[in-house]
Amino acid sequence: MKRSKTMELGVGLFMLAGIVGLIFLGLRVSGLSLTSSTQTFHLEANFANIGSLKPRARVTMAGVTVGRVESIELDTEWYDARVVMKLNSDLEGQISRDSTAAILTAGLLGEQYIGLSIGGDPEMLADGETIRDTQSAVVLEELIQQFVSSMANG
Amino acid sequence: MDANFSHALARVARLGRKGCDLLEALGRAGLFLGQSAISVPSREGWRLWMQQMHFVGVLSLAIVLVSGLFIGMVISLQGYTILVEFGAEEALGQMVALSLLRELAPVVAALLFAGRAGSALTAEIGLMKATEQLSSMEMIGVDPLRRVVAPRLWAGFVSLPILTVGFSVVGVWGGYLVGVQWLGVFEGSYWSNMQASVTFLNDVGNGMIKSMVFAVVVTWIAVFQGYDLVPTSEGISRATTRTVVYSSLAVLGLDFVLTAVMFGGL
Repeated sequence: MKRSKTMELGVGLFMLAGIVGLIFLGLRVSGLSLTSSTQTFHLEANFANIGSLKPRARVTMAGVTVGRVESIELDTEWYDARVVMKLNSDLEGQISRDSTAAILTAGLLGEQYIGLSIGGDPEMLADGETIRDTQSAVVLEELIQQFVSSMANG
Repeated sequence: MDANFSHALARVARLGRKGCDLLEALGRAGLFLGQSAISVPSREGWRLWMQQMHFVGVLSLAIVLVSGLFIGMVISLQGYTILVEFGAEEALGQMVALSLLRELAPVVAALLFAGRAGSALTAEIGLMKATEQLSSMEMIGVDPLRRVVAPRLWAGFVSLPILTVGFSVVGVWGGYLVGVQWLGVFEGSYWSNMQASVTFLNDVGNGMIKSMVFAVVVTWIAVFQGYDLVPTSEGISRATTRTVVYSSLAVLGLDFVLTAVMFGGL
Protein backbone atom coordinates (compact mmCIF):
# COMPACT_ATOMS: atom_id res chain seq x y z
CA MET A 1 0.00 0.00 0.00
CA LYS A 2 2.82 2.38 0.90
CA ARG A 3 4.54 1.54 -2.34
CA SER A 4 1.45 2.52 -4.30
CA LYS A 5 1.28 5.89 -2.48
CA THR A 6 4.83 6.83 -3.48
CA MET A 7 4.06 5.68 -7.01
CA GLU A 8 0.98 7.92 -7.15
CA LEU A 9 3.09 10.78 -5.86
CA GLY A 10 5.66 10.12 -8.59
CA VAL A 11 3.01 10.10 -11.32
CA GLY A 12 1.44 13.27 -9.88
CA LEU A 13 4.81 15.05 -9.88
CA PHE A 14 5.46 13.81 -13.43
CA MET A 15 2.21 15.32 -14.71
CA LEU A 16 2.78 18.51 -12.72
CA ALA A 17 6.24 18.77 -14.28
CA GLY A 18 4.61 18.52 -17.71
CA ILE A 19 2.26 21.41 -16.96
CA VAL A 20 5.05 23.54 -15.47
CA GLY A 21 7.18 22.78 -18.53
CA LEU A 22 4.39 23.88 -20.88
CA ILE A 23 4.03 27.13 -18.92
CA PHE A 24 7.80 27.66 -19.19
CA LEU A 25 7.61 27.11 -22.96
CA GLY A 26 4.76 29.60 -23.18
CA LEU A 27 6.15 32.37 -21.00
CA ARG A 28 9.89 32.11 -21.33
CA VAL A 29 10.46 30.58 -24.77
CA SER A 30 7.60 32.00 -26.82
CA GLY A 31 7.32 35.22 -24.81
CA LEU A 32 3.60 35.18 -24.08
CA SER A 33 2.63 37.58 -21.36
CA LEU A 34 -0.50 37.22 -19.33
CA THR A 35 -1.35 40.90 -18.92
CA SER A 36 -0.74 42.35 -22.37
CA SER A 37 -4.17 41.64 -23.83
CA THR A 38 -6.02 44.40 -21.96
CA GLN A 39 -3.55 47.25 -21.58
CA THR A 40 -2.78 48.20 -25.17
CA PHE A 41 -4.00 50.58 -27.85
CA HIS A 42 -3.66 50.57 -31.61
CA LEU A 43 -2.05 52.94 -34.08
CA GLU A 44 -1.85 52.55 -37.84
CA ALA A 45 0.80 53.67 -40.30
CA ASN A 46 1.04 53.41 -44.09
CA PHE A 47 4.41 52.61 -45.64
CA ALA A 48 5.37 52.68 -49.32
CA ASN A 49 7.54 49.60 -48.77
CA ILE A 50 7.80 47.49 -45.63
CA GLY A 51 10.82 45.43 -46.72
CA SER A 52 10.71 42.21 -44.71
CA LEU A 53 8.76 43.48 -41.71
CA LYS A 54 6.71 40.71 -40.14
CA PRO A 55 3.77 40.61 -37.73
CA ARG A 56 5.02 40.46 -34.11
CA ALA A 57 8.04 42.61 -34.99
CA ARG A 58 9.06 45.09 -32.29
CA VAL A 59 7.94 48.71 -32.18
CA THR A 60 10.50 50.85 -30.39
CA MET A 61 10.84 54.40 -29.20
CA ALA A 62 14.38 55.62 -28.50
CA GLY A 63 15.43 51.95 -28.68
CA VAL A 64 13.00 50.85 -25.95
CA THR A 65 10.42 48.26 -27.00
CA VAL A 66 6.97 49.80 -26.53
CA GLY A 67 4.82 47.45 -28.58
CA ARG A 68 4.52 44.97 -31.42
CA VAL A 69 3.27 44.93 -35.00
CA GLU A 70 -0.14 43.27 -34.97
CA SER A 71 -0.98 42.94 -38.65
CA ILE A 72 0.20 44.02 -42.08
CA GLU A 73 -2.09 44.28 -45.08
CA LEU A 74 -2.17 45.85 -48.52
CA ASP A 75 -4.18 49.06 -48.69
CA THR A 76 -5.95 48.72 -52.05
CA GLU A 77 -6.87 52.42 -52.15
CA TRP A 78 -3.30 53.71 -52.23
CA TYR A 79 -1.47 50.43 -52.98
CA ASP A 80 0.81 50.73 -50.02
CA ALA A 81 1.16 48.65 -46.87
CA ARG A 82 -1.00 49.39 -43.84
CA VAL A 83 0.68 48.32 -40.60
CA VAL A 84 -1.37 48.04 -37.41
CA MET A 85 0.72 48.43 -34.24
CA LYS A 86 -0.23 47.47 -30.71
CA LEU A 87 1.38 49.78 -28.15
CA ASN A 88 1.56 49.90 -24.35
CA SER A 89 -1.34 51.83 -22.89
CA ASP A 90 1.01 54.13 -20.92
CA LEU A 91 1.66 55.88 -24.24
CA GLU A 92 -1.99 56.45 -25.09
CA GLY A 93 -2.56 60.16 -25.65
CA GLN A 94 1.19 60.82 -25.43
CA ILE A 95 2.12 60.46 -29.12
CA SER A 96 1.75 63.70 -31.01
CA ARG A 97 0.07 63.97 -34.38
CA ASP A 98 3.30 64.71 -36.30
CA SER A 99 5.31 61.77 -34.90
CA THR A 100 7.23 59.70 -37.44
CA ALA A 101 7.44 55.93 -37.90
CA ALA A 102 10.45 54.42 -39.68
CA ILE A 103 11.27 50.81 -40.54
CA LEU A 104 14.76 50.09 -39.25
CA THR A 105 17.03 47.05 -39.35
CA ALA A 106 18.80 45.54 -36.34
CA GLY A 107 22.41 45.17 -37.43
CA LEU A 108 23.26 44.72 -41.10
CA LEU A 109 21.11 41.66 -41.82
CA GLY A 110 19.03 41.40 -38.65
CA GLU A 111 15.28 41.51 -38.11
CA GLN A 112 13.37 44.64 -39.13
CA TYR A 113 11.43 46.71 -36.60
CA ILE A 114 9.56 50.01 -36.39
CA GLY A 115 11.15 53.02 -34.70
CA LEU A 116 8.81 55.78 -33.55
CA SER A 117 10.11 59.27 -32.89
CA ILE A 118 7.97 61.83 -31.19
CA GLY A 119 7.01 65.14 -32.81
CA GLY A 120 6.16 68.54 -31.37
CA ASP A 121 2.46 68.94 -32.23
CA PRO A 122 0.32 69.66 -29.13
CA GLU A 123 -2.48 67.48 -30.56
CA MET A 124 -2.13 63.80 -29.72
CA LEU A 125 -3.07 60.63 -31.64
CA ALA A 126 -5.95 58.62 -30.21
CA ASP A 127 -6.60 54.86 -30.36
CA GLY A 128 -6.89 53.63 -33.96
CA GLU A 129 -5.59 56.76 -35.67
CA THR A 130 -2.92 56.84 -38.36
CA ILE A 131 0.64 58.15 -38.25
CA ARG A 132 1.05 60.27 -41.39
CA ASP A 133 4.81 60.75 -41.52
CA THR A 134 6.47 57.44 -42.35
CA GLN A 135 9.79 56.30 -43.73
CA SER A 136 9.97 53.04 -45.68
CA ALA A 137 12.39 50.20 -45.22
CA VAL A 138 15.81 50.44 -46.81
CA VAL A 139 15.93 47.79 -49.51
CA LEU A 140 19.49 46.69 -50.12
CA GLU A 141 19.00 46.21 -53.88
CA GLU A 142 17.71 49.77 -54.35
CA LEU A 143 20.63 51.11 -52.37
CA ILE A 144 23.11 49.23 -54.56
CA GLN A 145 21.30 50.42 -57.70
CA GLN A 146 21.54 54.04 -56.58
CA PHE A 147 25.19 53.59 -55.78
CA VAL A 148 25.94 52.00 -59.15
CA SER A 149 24.03 54.66 -61.15
CA SER A 150 25.71 57.49 -59.23
CA MET A 151 29.08 55.86 -59.96
CA ALA A 152 28.17 55.70 -63.66
CA ASN A 153 27.08 59.35 -63.75
CA GLY A 154 30.06 60.63 -61.79
CA MET B 1 4.16 -21.57 -72.30
CA ASP B 2 1.27 -22.99 -70.32
CA ALA B 3 3.50 -23.82 -67.36
CA ASN B 4 4.94 -20.33 -67.42
CA PHE B 5 1.47 -18.83 -67.42
CA SER B 6 0.26 -20.80 -64.43
CA HIS B 7 3.50 -19.91 -62.64
CA ALA B 8 2.86 -16.20 -63.19
CA LEU B 9 -0.74 -16.67 -62.07
CA ALA B 10 0.46 -18.27 -58.83
CA ARG B 11 2.71 -15.27 -58.20
CA VAL B 12 -0.17 -12.85 -58.67
CA ALA B 13 -2.25 -14.93 -56.30
CA ARG B 14 0.56 -14.82 -53.71
CA LEU B 15 0.68 -11.04 -54.02
CA GLY B 16 -3.08 -10.92 -53.55
CA ARG B 17 -2.86 -13.06 -50.44
CA LYS B 18 -0.18 -10.76 -48.99
CA GLY B 19 -2.41 -7.76 -49.68
CA CYS B 20 -5.38 -9.42 -48.00
CA ASP B 21 -3.22 -10.34 -44.99
CA LEU B 22 -2.02 -6.76 -44.71
CA LEU B 23 -5.53 -5.32 -44.91
CA GLU B 24 -6.78 -7.88 -42.40
CA ALA B 25 -3.99 -6.99 -39.96
CA LEU B 26 -4.75 -3.29 -40.35
CA GLY B 27 -8.42 -3.91 -39.73
CA ARG B 28 -7.65 -6.05 -36.69
CA ALA B 29 -5.33 -3.35 -35.34
CA GLY B 30 -7.98 -0.65 -35.89
CA LEU B 31 -10.70 -2.68 -34.17
CA PHE B 32 -8.28 -3.44 -31.37
CA LEU B 33 -7.50 0.27 -30.84
CA GLY B 34 -11.17 1.21 -30.95
CA GLN B 35 -12.32 -1.50 -28.56
CA SER B 36 -9.63 -0.95 -25.97
CA ALA B 37 -9.18 2.82 -26.00
CA ILE B 38 -12.91 3.57 -25.76
CA SER B 39 -13.75 1.73 -22.59
CA VAL B 40 -15.10 3.49 -19.54
CA PRO B 41 -12.44 3.46 -16.80
CA SER B 42 -13.56 2.04 -13.49
CA ARG B 43 -11.98 2.85 -10.13
CA GLU B 44 -9.77 -0.19 -10.59
CA GLY B 45 -8.90 1.09 -14.07
CA TRP B 46 -7.54 4.33 -12.63
CA ARG B 47 -5.20 2.39 -10.35
CA LEU B 48 -3.97 0.25 -13.25
CA TRP B 49 -3.48 3.37 -15.37
CA MET B 50 -1.50 4.96 -12.56
CA GLN B 51 0.79 1.91 -12.38
CA GLN B 52 1.41 2.07 -16.12
CA MET B 53 2.01 5.83 -16.00
CA HIS B 54 4.71 5.12 -13.45
CA PHE B 55 6.26 2.42 -15.59
CA VAL B 56 5.87 4.06 -19.00
CA GLY B 57 6.21 7.72 -18.10
CA VAL B 58 8.08 8.35 -14.87
CA LEU B 59 10.74 5.71 -15.48
CA SER B 60 11.36 7.02 -19.03
CA LEU B 61 11.95 10.50 -17.67
CA ALA B 62 15.67 10.00 -16.98
CA ILE B 63 16.71 8.88 -20.45
CA VAL B 64 14.53 11.52 -22.16
CA LEU B 65 15.80 14.39 -20.03
CA VAL B 66 19.46 13.41 -20.35
CA SER B 67 19.12 13.07 -24.14
CA GLY B 68 17.32 16.43 -24.27
CA LEU B 69 20.10 18.12 -22.36
CA PHE B 70 22.81 16.79 -24.64
CA ILE B 71 20.87 17.50 -27.84
CA GLY B 72 20.24 21.08 -26.73
CA MET B 73 23.93 21.47 -25.94
CA VAL B 74 25.01 20.03 -29.29
CA ILE B 75 22.63 22.24 -31.33
CA SER B 76 23.90 25.24 -29.45
CA LEU B 77 27.54 24.35 -30.12
CA GLN B 78 27.00 23.48 -33.78
CA GLY B 79 24.73 26.48 -34.33
CA TYR B 80 27.26 28.82 -32.76
CA THR B 81 30.10 27.70 -35.04
CA ILE B 82 27.88 28.25 -38.10
CA LEU B 83 26.22 31.51 -37.00
CA VAL B 84 29.42 33.15 -35.79
CA GLU B 85 30.74 33.11 -39.35
CA PHE B 86 27.91 35.45 -40.35
CA GLY B 87 28.21 37.51 -37.20
CA ALA B 88 24.73 36.34 -36.27
CA GLU B 89 25.41 34.44 -33.05
CA GLU B 90 22.62 36.53 -31.45
CA ALA B 91 20.17 34.30 -33.34
CA LEU B 92 21.36 31.23 -31.41
CA GLY B 93 18.38 31.20 -29.05
CA GLN B 94 16.00 31.27 -31.99
CA MET B 95 17.79 28.38 -33.69
CA VAL B 96 17.91 26.19 -30.57
CA ALA B 97 14.29 26.82 -29.61
CA LEU B 98 12.77 26.41 -33.07
CA SER B 99 14.66 23.25 -33.97
CA LEU B 100 13.82 21.69 -30.60
CA LEU B 101 10.16 22.67 -30.46
CA ARG B 102 9.25 21.94 -34.06
CA GLU B 103 11.33 18.90 -34.86
CA LEU B 104 13.75 17.33 -32.44
CA ALA B 105 11.76 17.15 -29.24
CA PRO B 106 8.71 15.34 -30.68
CA VAL B 107 10.74 13.02 -32.92
CA VAL B 108 13.63 12.08 -30.64
CA ALA B 109 11.37 11.72 -27.60
CA ALA B 110 9.10 9.41 -29.63
CA LEU B 111 12.05 7.31 -30.85
CA LEU B 112 13.44 7.00 -27.31
CA PHE B 113 9.95 6.20 -26.05
CA ALA B 114 9.58 3.43 -28.64
CA GLY B 115 12.89 1.93 -27.56
CA ARG B 116 12.48 2.36 -23.81
CA ALA B 117 8.76 1.82 -23.20
CA GLY B 118 7.30 0.43 -26.45
CA SER B 119 9.52 -2.64 -26.62
CA ALA B 120 8.87 -3.37 -22.95
CA LEU B 121 5.10 -3.14 -23.50
CA THR B 122 5.29 -5.59 -26.41
CA ALA B 123 7.40 -8.07 -24.47
CA GLU B 124 5.18 -7.86 -21.39
CA ILE B 125 1.89 -8.38 -23.21
CA GLY B 126 3.51 -10.99 -25.46
CA LEU B 127 4.68 -13.00 -22.49
CA MET B 128 1.21 -12.74 -20.96
CA LYS B 129 -0.19 -14.19 -24.16
CA ALA B 130 2.47 -16.91 -24.44
CA THR B 131 1.86 -18.06 -20.84
CA GLU B 132 -1.89 -17.97 -21.53
CA GLN B 133 -2.63 -15.34 -18.89
CA LEU B 134 -4.77 -13.45 -21.38
CA SER B 135 -6.94 -16.43 -22.23
CA SER B 136 -7.33 -17.37 -18.55
CA MET B 137 -8.52 -13.83 -17.90
CA GLU B 138 -11.15 -14.30 -20.58
CA MET B 139 -12.07 -17.63 -18.93
CA ILE B 140 -12.91 -15.97 -15.61
CA GLY B 141 -14.86 -13.21 -17.36
CA VAL B 142 -12.30 -10.39 -17.23
CA ASP B 143 -11.88 -8.55 -20.50
CA PRO B 144 -8.11 -8.43 -21.21
CA LEU B 145 -8.62 -5.43 -23.50
CA ARG B 146 -9.96 -3.42 -20.58
CA ARG B 147 -7.78 -4.90 -17.89
CA VAL B 148 -4.41 -5.16 -19.64
CA VAL B 149 -4.45 -3.16 -22.85
CA ALA B 150 -6.47 -0.01 -22.12
CA PRO B 151 -4.37 1.24 -19.16
CA ARG B 152 -1.17 0.78 -21.16
CA LEU B 153 -2.56 2.57 -24.20
CA TRP B 154 -3.78 5.55 -22.18
CA ALA B 155 -0.57 5.72 -20.17
CA GLY B 156 1.35 5.97 -23.44
CA PHE B 157 -1.02 8.58 -24.90
CA VAL B 158 -0.62 10.82 -21.86
CA SER B 159 3.03 10.36 -21.01
CA LEU B 160 4.75 10.95 -24.37
CA PRO B 161 3.52 14.57 -24.72
CA ILE B 162 4.68 15.26 -21.16
CA LEU B 163 8.07 13.72 -21.93
CA THR B 164 8.28 15.88 -25.07
CA VAL B 165 7.66 19.04 -23.05
CA GLY B 166 10.40 17.96 -20.64
CA PHE B 167 12.74 17.30 -23.55
CA SER B 168 12.18 20.82 -24.98
CA VAL B 169 12.60 22.58 -21.65
CA VAL B 170 15.81 20.75 -20.78
CA GLY B 171 17.11 21.22 -24.34
CA VAL B 172 16.55 24.99 -24.25
CA TRP B 173 18.33 25.07 -20.91
CA GLY B 174 21.23 22.98 -22.30
CA GLY B 175 21.49 25.39 -25.24
CA TYR B 176 21.60 28.25 -22.75
CA LEU B 177 24.37 26.55 -20.76
CA VAL B 178 26.60 26.06 -23.79
CA GLY B 179 25.72 29.22 -25.72
CA VAL B 180 25.56 31.78 -22.94
CA GLN B 181 27.63 30.37 -20.10
CA TRP B 182 30.39 28.76 -22.13
CA LEU B 183 30.60 30.47 -25.54
CA GLY B 184 29.62 33.90 -24.27
CA VAL B 185 26.55 34.81 -26.35
CA PHE B 186 24.84 37.76 -24.66
CA GLU B 187 22.13 36.40 -22.37
CA GLY B 188 19.54 39.07 -23.21
CA SER B 189 19.75 38.44 -26.94
CA TYR B 190 19.55 34.66 -26.45
CA TRP B 191 16.14 34.97 -24.76
CA SER B 192 14.77 37.99 -26.64
CA ASN B 193 15.55 36.59 -30.09
CA MET B 194 13.91 33.35 -28.99
CA GLN B 195 10.81 35.13 -27.74
CA ALA B 196 10.57 37.28 -30.87
CA SER B 197 10.60 34.30 -33.22
CA VAL B 198 8.76 31.53 -31.34
CA THR B 199 4.98 31.71 -31.39
CA PHE B 200 3.07 29.66 -28.87
CA LEU B 201 0.35 28.30 -31.15
CA ASN B 202 2.49 27.75 -34.22
CA ASP B 203 5.62 26.29 -32.69
CA VAL B 204 4.79 24.94 -29.24
CA GLY B 205 1.25 23.97 -30.29
CA ASN B 206 2.24 22.19 -33.48
CA GLY B 207 5.05 20.38 -31.64
CA MET B 208 2.51 19.15 -29.10
CA ILE B 209 0.14 17.98 -31.86
CA LYS B 210 3.01 16.07 -33.44
CA SER B 211 3.90 14.44 -30.17
CA MET B 212 0.27 13.43 -29.49
CA VAL B 213 0.08 11.79 -32.91
CA PHE B 214 3.37 9.98 -32.26
CA ALA B 215 2.13 8.90 -28.83
CA VAL B 216 -0.94 7.25 -30.33
CA VAL B 217 1.03 5.59 -33.13
CA VAL B 218 3.93 4.28 -31.04
CA THR B 219 1.80 2.96 -28.20
CA TRP B 220 -0.70 1.44 -30.59
CA ILE B 221 2.02 -0.39 -32.53
CA ALA B 222 3.72 -1.58 -29.34
CA VAL B 223 0.60 -2.90 -27.65
CA PHE B 224 -0.88 -4.41 -30.81
CA GLN B 225 2.37 -6.21 -31.67
CA GLY B 226 2.35 -7.71 -28.18
CA TYR B 227 -1.31 -8.72 -28.39
CA ASP B 228 -1.11 -10.16 -31.89
CA LEU B 229 2.16 -12.08 -31.81
CA VAL B 230 2.81 -15.80 -32.31
CA PRO B 231 2.95 -17.06 -28.70
CA THR B 232 6.43 -18.57 -28.73
CA SER B 233 9.74 -17.23 -27.46
CA GLU B 234 10.82 -16.57 -31.03
CA GLY B 235 7.52 -14.79 -31.70
CA ILE B 236 8.10 -12.48 -28.72
CA SER B 237 11.59 -11.54 -29.86
CA ARG B 238 10.36 -10.87 -33.39
CA ALA B 239 7.44 -8.79 -32.19
CA THR B 240 9.70 -6.71 -29.96
CA THR B 241 12.02 -6.00 -32.88
CA ARG B 242 9.05 -5.19 -35.10
CA THR B 243 7.73 -2.73 -32.53
CA VAL B 244 10.93 -0.70 -32.56
CA VAL B 245 11.36 -0.87 -36.34
CA TYR B 246 7.75 -0.10 -37.25
CA SER B 247 7.32 2.67 -34.73
CA SER B 248 10.60 4.36 -35.72
CA LEU B 249 9.63 4.26 -39.39
CA ALA B 250 6.09 5.42 -38.65
CA VAL B 251 7.35 8.32 -36.52
CA LEU B 252 9.85 9.51 -39.12
CA GLY B 253 7.42 9.14 -42.03
CA LEU B 254 4.52 10.81 -40.22
CA ASP B 255 6.86 13.56 -39.10
CA PHE B 256 7.51 14.51 -42.70
CA VAL B 257 3.80 14.49 -43.53
CA LEU B 258 2.87 16.53 -40.46
CA THR B 259 5.69 19.02 -41.06
CA ALA B 260 4.60 19.47 -44.67
CA VAL B 261 1.01 20.14 -43.52
CA MET B 262 1.97 22.43 -40.62
CA PHE B 263 4.92 24.40 -41.93
CA GLY B 264 4.94 23.66 -45.66
CA GLY B 265 2.71 26.65 -46.43
CA LEU B 266 5.03 29.16 -44.79
